[in-house]
Amino acid sequence: MTSLQLVFLLIAAGTVFAALMVVLSKHLVHAALWLILVLAGIAVLFVLLNAGFLAVVQVAVYIDAIAILIIIVVMLTQRAMGPTKMHVNRNWGVALLTAIVLFAGLLALFNQMPALQSQAPPFALDAEILLDDLGLSLVDTDRYIIPFEVASVLLLAALIGSIMIAWPRGSASEEERET
Amino acid sequence: MPFDINDPFVWFGEWFRGLLENLGLAPGAVEFIQTLLGAFVLGTAALVATFFLIWAERKLVARIQDRLGPNRVGPYGIFQTFADALKLVTKELITPTGADIVPYNLAPLLAVMSVVGVWAVIPLAPRLTGSDINVGVLYAVSIGAVGTLGIMLAGMSSNNKYALLGAFRTVAQMLSYAVPMVLALLVPVLLAGSMGMVQITEAQHAYWFIVLTPFAALIFFISSIAEVGRAPFDLLEAESEIVAGFNIEYSGLRFGMFFVAEFLHAFTISALTATLFLGGWQGPGASEYPLLGLLYFFVKTTAVYFVVIWIRGSFPRVRIDQMNSLNWKLFTPIALAALMFTAVAEKMVTEFSLNRMLVHLGSNLLLFAIVLTALRSYARARRREQEGLALRKSNLQTGSSQTQP
Repeated sequence: MTSLQLVFLLIAAGTVFAALMVVLSKHLVHAALWLILVLAGIAVLFVLLNAGFLAVVQVAVYIDAIAILIIIVVMLTQRAMGPTKMHVNRNWGVALLTAIVLFAGLLALFNQMPALQSQAPPFALDAEILLDDLGLSLVDTDRYIIPFEVASVLLLAALIGSIMIAWPRGSASEEERET
Repeated sequence: MPFDINDPFVWFGEWFRGLLENLGLAPGAVEFIQTLLGAFVLGTAALVATFFLIWAERKLVARIQDRLGPNRVGPYGIFQTFADALKLVTKELITPTGADIVPYNLAPLLAVMSVVGVWAVIPLAPRLTGSDINVGVLYAVSIGAVGTLGIMLAGMSSNNKYALLGAFRTVAQMLSYAVPMVLALLVPVLLAGSMGMVQITEAQHAYWFIVLTPFAALIFFISSIAEVGRAPFDLLEAESEIVAGFNIEYSGLRFGMFFVAEFLHAFTISALTATLFLGGWQGPGASEYPLLGLLYFFVKTTAVYFVVIWIRGSFPRVRIDQMNSLNWKLFTPIALAALMFTAVAEKMVTEFSLNRMLVHLGSNLLLFAIVLTALRSYARARRREQEGLALRKSNLQTGSSQTQP
């Protein structure tokens, strides 16, 4: 085992511990803070796997979003700033089962990938070439353009939906009355 | 090895490596020590420079407001900041009752880290960059997110309503202005064909990007001022409304760290603007004599920083609704349009020439005309609306008064 593998395992263990703390922490804001640690740990794992771009995107997208999550937690939950009770309710058994099934499914999927079956590491490529390939594969009709477009349409629908939900009802008539 | 004026930084690196290798260290250890020392020197230099930045800012704002500014400690009061720093260090570190200890202490560290971290990717001179990573622009954005997080932690853990309100405002402002800022950032990325800061600087050899896309440069500059939270966007510490904002409970060195982070951040966005739009270290003779490049870089950065201070000394603070509508109704659409215009113009002319510059400039002028027309019709509609309202009111009043002669 090389020192790099040791570092990888340590950070992975830390990430898993932080992920457990997200679920077990009694304070909602603390749970959000543990979640930051989980996401940062994943970013470090990306760096160790030579995926610098993904690491940077991970930090830019997720850690910025966590700040919003904390705001929502503080604003929408009662007495989020004070001590709160355990956040484990009676559905924990079902949640655990779902998590285990999901993990097993992912593991089975990854085991079928040909790159994982071979012993030699596949990423002997330059990081720049890999990045170019990632960008091109998102607009290539033979590769991932359909999932990419579906995801963007889904996000657009979510955006419009949230605007519709947040739209004040009867505001148009109020404005007419004012003017 | 003789000193080489054409490559002083590489020469120094090689010389230092030789020194360490003579000590009998393994090559891996030498690499490690060099990287560590480089990071240490860069970070310390940035933080020490902040002392003089604070002095320069106080002096300049004083001149703008027709005052003298600090003039007691040292020539022109240049050591005033050192005296202030000593005072800050000797003050007691107060932790309020009910504070969340770990986030409370972590917040100032994160704030400083996010600012100093940006300097790692800024090319200071030819062949003098902390780390030439190929996603430098994205890195600068994502390390800024850590600063937002620091402020949120400070507001949340202080157990103070004003701090929490200040933090809410800050996060709302920073996240909103990050949108046009990142969109404007994509324009130089598109023009250079790379996300690396070094490549973006080198691509500006013929023309600075501010000549090609003045619109994107302006939007980047203004929204990064808002991102830093400087006047006129200093809503996060509006004294008259929320006392002092997110850092109200912090004292001594912890407050000092937020203070230093804010001032250094203003200088850092000036450096980013200079790198992305003003050519960084590019200038006559810079590639032959890198020391000259270093000088050019700091001259450009200081010029932008002067404008930041000038704006601070001139404009009153905007209201929170003005801040939001400026961002979402004006900057975000313009930034999106500028990105599309640049993409189209870039496809029309591919070779690096005068034509390319003219096409880009033309597309920007077109965009400028469109924005002006849109703003004019918006202003007209608003005016008509208000005039109609006033007319109806006065009609009502005169109508009622006419009935009683």
